[in-house]
Amino acid sequence: MPFQKREFPNAFANLPKEKALALLETMVRIRAFESRVEELFLNRKIPGFVHLYIGEEAIASGVMAHLNKDDSITSTHRGHGHAIAKGARIDRMMAELYGKKTGYCKGKGGSMHIADFSVGMLGANGVVGGGYNIAVGAGISARIKKTDQVAVCFFGDGASNRGTFHEALNLAAVWKLPVLFVNENNQWASTTPTSFATSAVHIADRAKGYGIEGYTVDGNNVIEVYNAASALIEAARKGKGPAILECLTYRIKGHYVGDPERYRTKEEVQKHFTENDPIIRFSAYLKEKGMLDDAGLEAMKAAAVREVAAGEKFAEDSPYPDKEEALDDLFSFSPKEFPEVVR
Amino acid sequence: MAEITYREALNRAMDEEMARDAKVFILGEEVGEYDGAYKVSKGLLSKYGPGRVKDTPISELGFTGLGVGAALAGLRPIVEWMTHNFALLAIDQVVNNAAKMRQMSGGQLKVPIVFRGPNGPAEYLASQHSQAFASYWAHVPGLKVIAPATPADAYGLLKSAIRDDNPVVVLESEMMYAWKDEVPDEEFLVPIGKARVAKEGKDLTLVTFSKPIKIVIEAAAALVAKGVDAEVIDLRSIRPLDEGAVYDSVRKTGRCIVVDESWPVASVGSHVAWLVSKHCFDTLDAQVELVSGEDVPMPYNHALEIAAQPSVEKILAAARRVLYREDL
Repeated sequence: MPFQKREFPNAFANLPKEKALALLETMVRIRAFESRVEELFLNRKIPGFVHLYIGEEAIASGVMAHLNKDDSITSTHRGHGHAIAKGARIDRMMAELYGKKTGYCKGKGGSMHIADFSVGMLGANGVVGGGYNIAVGAGISARIKKTDQVAVCFFGDGASNRGTFHEALNLAAVWKLPVLFVNENNQWASTTPTSFATSAVHIADRAKGYGIEGYTVDGNNVIEVYNAASALIEAARKGKGPAILECLTYRIKGHYVGDPERYRTKEEVQKHFTENDPIIRFSAYLKEKGMLDDAGLEAMKAAAVREVAAGEKFAEDSPYPDKEEALDDLFSFSPKEFPEVVR
Repeated sequence: MAEITYREALNRAMDEEMARDAKVFILGEEVGEYDGAYKVSKGLLSKYGPGRVKDTPISELGFTGLGVGAALAGLRPIVEWMTHNFALLAIDQVVNNAAKMRQMSGGQLKVPIVFRGPNGPAEYLASQHSQAFASYWAHVPGLKVIAPATPADAYGLLKSAIRDDNPVVVLESEMMYAWKDEVPDEEFLVPIGKARVAKEGKDLTLVTFSKPIKIVIEAAAALVAKGVDAEVIDLRSIRPLDEGAVYDSVRKTGRCIVVDESWPVASVGSHVAWLVSKHCFDTLDAQVELVSGEDVPMPYNHALEIAAQPSVEKILAAARRVLYREDL
C-alpha cells in the first residue's frame, strides 16, 4: 500500500561535504560497535540481552544530525545506535556492556539502559513503549522553561501498539509540544512481523487520529531521513507541535544476539542486507557525487574499528564495581538548602 | 497559630513552594479550572497561570510519565492523582521510570517529583474507589512514601517532599481533607523519615499511619478509661521507615499492635509487625498483633464497608489478646 508521501525540502543538498561525510561516519561507527558487540557476546565477553541496531543506522544518524546537545531523546532496548549518534563515548558504552565500574551507568544499566545524560539522553528504556511519556515530559519542560529545545522519542513498530503510545501522543498533540516521534519500523516486533501485530498499514497513519502530521520515509536512505527530520524538528522548535516520522527499515539481526530466528528465512534477511544496506547505499551515493572514494571509505571504517578496539581495551582494563556499590545511587542526597524542623 | 484543614494545609504547602521555586508545577485531572477534584489546588491556577497549573486529559499513565520526563529535564512536578485507585494505570511509570532511572543510570541524574492524592477507603464508593495501596508504593526501592495524618504534618511533609530530589508518593485521604487542627503560621518543614509519638504511654504500643490514626487515638482513650496506658506511634513516613521510634516504644511497653487499613497480605502493617517481632523479640511479652482491613474488596453497603475496615472494637480485641485481659 502506498504511504503518505511528502516532498521535504532538500536540506541535505545544502550540507557542506564534511557534514555529509559525518552522517556516514556516524553510521559506520555504529556498525563497527554493533558488529564487535555481537562477536563479544558470542565469545561470552558480554552477558545479558543485547539487541543490535545493525541495518538501522541511517535513522539515528539522519535524525540526530539536527539535534543540539541540550535537545533530548528517549531511547529503546535497541538503543546503542541512538547513544552513539547523540554523542556518547564508545569506550564508556563498551565498559557498561561489560558491567564495569567505568561504564556510563557504573555497570548497573547494561545494554538496555546505556545512557549518557550529559549529552541529552533521558534514559534508554527496556520496557517497550516506556519512553514516550518521558519525551513528552521533556517537551513540556521546554515549554515551561521557554526554551526552543525539542525532544525526540525513538520507538519501534511493536511499541506503537502499547497504551503508552496513545496517551503520550494525545497529550503531546493537545498541548502542541515540541516532540518528534521517530518510528523505526524494522518489520519485526520481537518474533512477530508488523502485519501480525499492528492494525495500521503504516505507523504514520496513526497520526491522523491525533490531528498531527505523520510521514513515512525510507529509513535506509539517510538523505530522506535527514530531510524529513530537518523539516519536522524545525517545525517542532517553532511551536508547530509534534509529528510522527516513520522510517521504514529492516532488522538485519535477530531480536537479540543468539535468537534462533525460526520465524523467518536466512534468504529474506540476506536479501535485505545485500540490496538495502544503508551504509552501502549512502557511500555509493557519496562516491557518485565525488565526495568519497574507496580509500576514504576504508579509512573511515578502519578508524571506527580502531575506536571500538580501544573501547574494548578500556572495558577489559576497567575494574568491576565493588559489591558494596549494589546499594549505591538509589537516592540523590543533595546538600540540604533548608533547615529541617523536627516536630 | 491558626486552625486549618488538612486540605488547606496541603494547599498552603504547594502555594508556598510554587512561589519559592519557579520549577515547581502541578498537573493532573481538574487541578486548574475546577480547583482540584477535592479542592486541594484551590486558587493556584489564578495565582500561577495555566503554564504551571496544568489540567490534563483523563490519562493517568500519560501525565504521570510526562511528569517523570519533566523531572528528568529539570523541573519539579507535582502530579495529582484524583485518587490512588486510578494510579494503578500509571504504576509502570512510577516503578520503572521514576523509581529506577537514577539507580540504573549509575546516579547520573535525579528525579525530583511528587505523586500525591487520596488513598484508602472513603465512604459508599465500593471496591474500585475504596482501597488502600500503601504497600504497592512501599514495596519499591527508589521511592519515598509519606502518609501525613494531621494538617501540620500534611503541610510540613509535603513541603519536604516538593524540595526532595527523589520521587515521593504522598498518601492522603478523602476522609481526612476536612480534618482541622492547629498549624503554626510560620514556615516549617517536617523531615521525611521521622515518626511521631501521637500519645505517650507505657503499657502497650499502637503503631499506625494515615487515616486510622483517628480510631487508634479513640481506642487509646478507651483503654485509658480502663486503666491501660497505650503509646501511639504515627509513622508519618513509610519509606524511609523510622524503625528506631517503633522499637524504642515497644522495648518500653513490651506489647505491640499494628493498625493498617490495607489488606493484610504483604502489607506495610505486616512488614512492621515482622520487624517488631524480629528486633524486639527479647522484650516482647506477647505476640505482635495486626489489625488490618479485611481480606476482601470493599463492599458498598455502609455497614458492610465499616465491617471490612479496622475499628476501635477490633483494636480493643487485639489489646485484650496482647494484654491477656478478657476484662478490657
